[in-house]
Amino acid sequence: MKIEVISAVFLLLGAGFMVIAALGLVRFPDLFTRMHAASKAGSLGLGAILAGVALAYPTPIVIAKCMMVLLFVFLTTPIAAHMLGRAAYLLKVPFWKGTVADELKDRYSDDRETLSSESK
Amino acid sequence: MHTVLTIVFILLAGALLLSFVRLARGPSLPDRIIALDLMSMIIAGMIAAYVVWMGQPVLLDAVTVIAVISFFGTVALARYLERRPTDED
Repeated sequence: MKIEVISAVFLLLGAGFMVIAALGLVRFPDLFTRMHAASKAGSLGLGAILAGVALAYPTPIVIAKCMMVLLFVFLTTPIAAHMLGRAAYLLKVPFWKGTVADELKDRYSDDRETLSSESK
Repeated sequence: MHTVLTIVFILLAGALLLSFVRLARGPSLPDRIIALDLMSMIIAGMIAAYVVWMGQPVLLDAVTVIAVISFFGTVALARYLERRPTDED
């Protein structure tokens, strides 16, 4: 009985984080802030839902599968977001007008191949 | 549990609809790719909730497959956008 309540709380929490991620995706002003909302809140939401599933069926195989998916998602979402962010930066996707810092400005070589620590 | 799962499904469907708005509107191609990535993550969450709804833990394999496909799809599209010269050119 009690473990079912905890599982339901985790499922609702995960769905709520998914809604927050989608809301951020619609409402944020530019690509990089949208990416921040989608990748972080999205993976946390999926993690909470999987925790809820593992608590609803606490058998070893279900817990192992949930842990496997969770580990994979938490390892790969930052990689995907990083690659997409770099591609978008190299494509010169416009920043939000309130952006205060661009650490990578003038630090990519002209062929966009190497990144140096000093601006040219 | 049934009521909770109905609420979860309604919330996830709303999230799917919101990210579809970004997929349709998105001014640049990376915006659309992020929307697709979030949509596949939401669909994985829906299948995970469906596991509890139906009592079929076998469906967790589908969650694994969708997570893997979404990662490789995003990485492939990011590589395509970057248009780096490869060894073959």
